[in-house]
Amino acid sequence: MTTGPAFHAARWNEPLLMELSEPGARGIVPPAADPAIARAAGDVLARLPAGARRAAPPALPEVAQHRIVRHFTRLSQMTMGFDVTTDMMGTCTMKYSPKVHDHVARDHRVADIHPLQDESTIQGLLAVLYGFNRMMCAIAGMDEFTFQPASGAQGIYTNACLIRAYHEARGELGQRNEIITTAFSHPADAATPAVAGFRVITLMPGEMGYPEVDALKTALSPRTAGLMLTNPEDTGQFNPKIRTFVDLVHKAGGLCAYDQANGNPLLGIARAGDAGFDLCQFNLHKTFSAPHGSVGLGCAAVGVKEPLRRFLPRPVVAFDGKRYRLEHDRPHAIDKIRAFLGNVPTVLKAYAWVMSLGAEGLRAVAETAVLNNNYLLDKVRAIPGVAIPWPANTAPKLEQVRYSWQPLYEETGVATHEIEQRLVDYGVQHYMTSHVPVLVPQPFTIEPGESLTVDELDRMAEALAAIAQEARTDPELVKSGPHRASITPIDASIPDDPACWAFTWRALQRKRARWDAPDRKRKERSHAGY
Amino acid sequence: MGGRVGLKGTDAPGAAARAAALGARPEAALRMTLCLSAMATRLAGVRMLAAPGAMGMDAARAAGLDARPIGAPHGASTTAADTRAAAAALRDAGCTLLLFAGGDGTARDLCAVLGEGLPVLGVPAGVKMHSAAFAASPRAAADLALMALQGRASARALEIMDLDEEAYAAGTVAARLHGYVRGPFAAALAQGPKVRGAAGEAAALAGIAAAVAAEMGSGRTLVLGPGTTLRAVAAALGVPKTLLGVDVVRDGRVLAADASERDILAALGEGGPAAILVTPIGGQGHILGRGNQPLSPAVLRRAGLDSLVVVATTAKLATLHDQTLRVDSGDPALDAALAGWRRVLTGPGTAAVCRVA
Repeated sequence: MTTGPAFHAARWNEPLLMELSEPGARGIVPPAADPAIARAAGDVLARLPAGARRAAPPALPEVAQHRIVRHFTRLSQMTMGFDVTTDMMGTCTMKYSPKVHDHVARDHRVADIHPLQDESTIQGLLAVLYGFNRMMCAIAGMDEFTFQPASGAQGIYTNACLIRAYHEARGELGQRNEIITTAFSHPADAATPAVAGFRVITLMPGEMGYPEVDALKTALSPRTAGLMLTNPEDTGQFNPKIRTFVDLVHKAGGLCAYDQANGNPLLGIARAGDAGFDLCQFNLHKTFSAPHGSVGLGCAAVGVKEPLRRFLPRPVVAFDGKRYRLEHDRPHAIDKIRAFLGNVPTVLKAYAWVMSLGAEGLRAVAETAVLNNNYLLDKVRAIPGVAIPWPANTAPKLEQVRYSWQPLYEETGVATHEIEQRLVDYGVQHYMTSHVPVLVPQPFTIEPGESLTVDELDRMAEALAAIAQEARTDPELVKSGPHRASITPIDASIPDDPACWAFTWRALQRKRARWDAPDRKRKERSHAGY
Repeated sequence: MGGRVGLKGTDAPGAAARAAALGARPEAALRMTLCLSAMATRLAGVRMLAAPGAMGMDAARAAGLDARPIGAPHGASTTAADTRAAAAALRDAGCTLLLFAGGDGTARDLCAVLGEGLPVLGVPAGVKMHSAAFAASPRAAADLALMALQGRASARALEIMDLDEEAYAAGTVAARLHGYVRGPFAAALAQGPKVRGAAGEAAALAGIAAAVAAEMGSGRTLVLGPGTTLRAVAAALGVPKTLLGVDVVRDGRVLAADASERDILAALGEGGPAAILVTPIGGQGHILGRGNQPLSPAVLRRAGLDSLVVVATTAKLATLHDQTLRVDSGDPALDAALAGWRRVLTGPGTAAVCRVA
């Protein structure tokens, strides 16, 4: 290519760890125990129950230590995460995870704690958890938090369970079996109450792109258990009538849960509690800077007001003025969401982030995120072929925008997922299209966050404009992309076909054995990165 | 695998997939040429058949495609009969996807011949089109056709609308449901790690049908409007359903098939709880007034507005402009009373709240 991007993704034909295994290779050789210790300990293995003892050694991969370092470094290059390149994935709130906080979370005084240690030996950790709890209460306008949920969806599910417990305690659960949500809230706001046993009513948006009060009134009834929604929604639009929504749901006897997954633009500016919400959740592995997009460790901070405190999962960290305790004796608590105290390292990184910023810093995060988003919006809306849905809504977007390539699609037949894949050739990981339901045609959703430089925003806008122009002059180039990625072409049908993916080595072996020879060639070529 | 129905011969590349092109009037031919040109470089392994001359071959040649003429040559000006004959010939020649350029009239002729058999895809040709079988533009049609030929688009029943002649005679221009064809439909996006395709359309329809059967299946007079969603409901109730008509059922028995307004009023007159089930028809999302004329204002007032139950899959709602349902009952006061926001049953335990206008 004489014009176009100069980027090329790393392309390592990197096998799986199990495939790198060579008999006899060693990554770590643990030292033998000191003779005096060995004598004092005696035959440790003999003390294990017979049923817990292996007959054969586990088939762990045998790989040299430096080869493992290369393995993960290469994978990290190819996944093009935030530490490698620009990532503005909509609804994800990608931001820099300060490395100094990793030192905090990895400190041996934390990392070496056993979860069953006596609470008298972990007063420092409990002080941090208690203190951060109070910080989150101040940030959100709540009375108590739990950090047990390990993911955003698990946090939302916790909200649904708390609502359920509340109505059950009042003997109204049989009557109140409906949860109301909105089409542009995160799908977990619809899915998790369904798992918790509720019927779910989804409000479609009005002409401003967010649901109207009259739509809510249609959904309210004596069967209303609560409202679970995201605001601003995944379109980046804030519903200014949110207080009215809360008041109407309360009047109908329901509770209001604020999904603050999109809370980045509100930090230090607006609080869930002040809007009247009874409970809320934040993603610490997202808004609060703990690493995101890495399949763990996550943590959803779920906050409640006083009437729901007794339903929080056990244990709760309590303080009597002198000592911190783990309170397990809580008869009204919902079932534990996660083992022990949840993902503590993630909480520590969030705590360190808040401490490093302070209240004024949190507000600066929100303001910068909104400014960055509106700066980029001005550039992207000027690209011919882009439409901004709901033109009647002239209020500024908050932290993200859902755009549409529909005009470009009608003009050129080039679709949003094809533009998204071509974006990799410009050194950008990708963008978000839309959660379900997909109401905006040919959608793309971008959330710059507060970390990025102006230069990165400019280059993103330039890349999108360049690809739009390519769609007109050389649609084949865009449709057949990406050309400079680690894996190309990308077979998007793979995630939908269970025969083509596996989460464990054993499952992979089993599924590979089942492939027919011609099928295998097609599937191996698709994802082997050749 | 969702709703993927065989739109091509076999799964292996290089299969003998056959697409046929059909387009008669001058602007239609131009649009067809534009569509075919946009596909031209990606037709490896696809054999192109076309109706002779101005009905297809000319457009294919203009797009630089090597197509084979199928069917008898036609006269200087083409008629609906020519369209139908060409469609039948192309179907019999083994094509797996039929591309056509034209308007609702052409779509209606194809529907008469093909029904819900051979999948079709319309290249919009400049006239107002109410049928759901049309892509957004000639190049969008090319993109969707390629997806269909590559097995990446699910097939679904699509409404064919055409001019409501009765209304036209009375001075109103309105579209009316005439039937269904089968065609490729770009499914909800399945690209990217954060987006997963929802359950297939067939599963969603089955869910709605099961929910209706469970909640309203017994002890209630059900007036079922037209539409494939209500066809699925009828199947779950164990009763036959006329595709374009209104059927009245109760407790697993058909009281009136393809009922008239009078039949419905008589059934309602027998007393007892009743529900009128409707689903949005066509791209404009009409729940009243586009082919369910027996559901007259008199019927609605007799049953009571609260007896109106709207059912639709979320995927269907997503196709409606602004997810808005439309009413055009012929009685402006009734339309005004129905306007506002309304619950729509979208599956077992799920509902949407949509605007009615």
